[in-house]
Amino acid sequence: MNAPVLAVSNLAKHYRRGGQPFPAVDDVSFSIGPAETLALAGPSGSGKSTIARLVLRLIEPDVGRVEFEGADFLALSGAALRARRARFQMVFQDPLSAFNPRATVARVLDDPLRIHGLASRTERPRRIAALLERVGLEAGLAVRAIHEISGGQRQRVAIARAIATRPSLIVLDEAVSALDVSVRGQILKLLLDLQRQERIAYLFISHDLGVIRAVAHRVVILDAGRIAESGEARAVIANPQSAIGKALVAATPRLNRTRP
Amino acid sequence: MTALLSIRDLSARYRRDGVELLALNGISLDVEAGERLAIIGESGSGKSTLALAIAGLLPRGARIDGTIDWQASQFQTPRSGEIGSSVAGAPALKVGEGDDDSAISPLAGEMSGRTEGGAKDRQPLHLRPIGGRDVGFVFQDPSSSLDPVMPIGKQIAEVARTHLSLTWPEAYAKAKTLLERVRLPDPQSALRAYPHQLSGGQKQRVAIAAAIAAGPRLLIADEATSALDTIVQAEIVALIRRLVAEDGMTLAFISHDIALAATLADRIAVLRHGELIELGETRQILNAPRHAYTRALLDAHLGLDADPLLDRQGASA
Repeated sequence: MNAPVLAVSNLAKHYRRGGQPFPAVDDVSFSIGPAETLALAGPSGSGKSTIARLVLRLIEPDVGRVEFEGADFLALSGAALRARRARFQMVFQDPLSAFNPRATVARVLDDPLRIHGLASRTERPRRIAALLERVGLEAGLAVRAIHEISGGQRQRVAIARAIATRPSLIVLDEAVSALDVSVRGQILKLLLDLQRQERIAYLFISHDLGVIRAVAHRVVILDAGRIAESGEARAVIANPQSAIGKALVAATPRLNRTRP
Repeated sequence: MTALLSIRDLSARYRRDGVELLALNGISLDVEAGERLAIIGESGSGKSTLALAIAGLLPRGARIDGTIDWQASQFQTPRSGEIGSSVAGAPALKVGEGDDDSAISPLAGEMSGRTEGGAKDRQPLHLRPIGGRDVGFVFQDPSSSLDPVMPIGKQIAEVARTHLSLTWPEAYAKAKTLLERVRLPDPQSALRAYPHQLSGGQKQRVAIAAAIAAGPRLLIADEATSALDTIVQAEIVALIRRLVAEDGMTLAFISHDIALAATLADRIAVLRHGELIELGETRQILNAPRHAYTRALLDAHLGLDADPLLDRQGASA
């Protein structure tokens, strides 16, 4: 077995609510291998997004360890942290709020290449065109403003920006939840293609078990900040053992079509 | 079945960034009294515009053609004060055209403001529904539809007081009953709670209580569960199903999610680019869709029995 890209152990984060300490994340451990998709599922408030923020170091945990590519990620700072962050990207639900809406697509993709020193000024336009092609967008889109393009195109741009630094891990936080179903399937296929070709691992956060079942290798089901159960995604969803797992499966709408 | 309302050749245009947008294009549709009708579509399909048009809530500046006729016998008692004007040739209300002073368009029933050659047959004024009394509307985001600085009991009581001519004590008693009906824990103290003290699902329960407070004939739920997690969504759908059955309401359930809509609806209307693509019984839409777009929507649904997109060979851990 390959060494994990990300290994999280005994992660905990408490907030205070009404004067009482309240566990947003409580003793959570998991790991993700290269080119693997691990899904975090659970109801609102179960800790999914807090875990994403903790592993991205957007917030600091109370206790716990986050190992990224074999290094103690929580101990990194300064230039070492910035260098490591290039290998570790994120895509959120709403790219319109993640980007400056008036920036052009080219500007959004130029930033990571420039900041991480990945391409010279003269080389960058060619790299931007290649990134757009990589995510199925026309090179001509580069001059358009972020607010002018469709939601699906915007999420492709967010993915292009995420892969610009050749990451080994991308955190996808409800990345397809706001998309129309017809667009959602295309974006999921794109993510799977990129994973196969570039061996990218995904931490895939979603409330939708149907989507998780379609794209994730393994799933961790969370309830009130703790892991309720985990395992191979299709097996867990087919036969959930925890109360919350059963409730999530039962609440997922079914089409009940009579198959032709 | 009798139609609660009949929509004929309904079109709606907006101006956005100086460009005219045809949000609805020639929609004709009967909403049967007592049915649960789902109106589904992707973003830009016009489903929310249609919901707002039915409720008479389209913003000023929207240009509307066509008619929405309400079945007279489906209404509650005619409103006093307006019966007198219910004669033929009642003043024509133009809907939401540029200089109109009304903040929102008048309620449906007279949608022919732009008809060439002047007025069509207009419905008498007393046959137009009143928002809140005859039509209850539940929006996607209860945080923005509830007043953040008013106790929820008052917000519900206000609806009952306004439309049912109750005194405040009567209206509060009604509000408490409604909070019990939407299964909010501890209704008596919840009357004094503010929206921010409630969870998203509880806020939506309060919004539903306010929407049905005056006993509307038609309940419109516009993506009412889309901001909620799967478990709370299922609870709210069950709540809507129960309330609609108990009160004999007609339901228009607007959703982007065909699978969710199918769990609730007797009939499904599929909208795309402002046009009604297909309308049929839920079972027919699911099992024998006539339109390729409906089929594509069904195939795009990632259910718990769908074929995974994932190539298992890629698994490494």
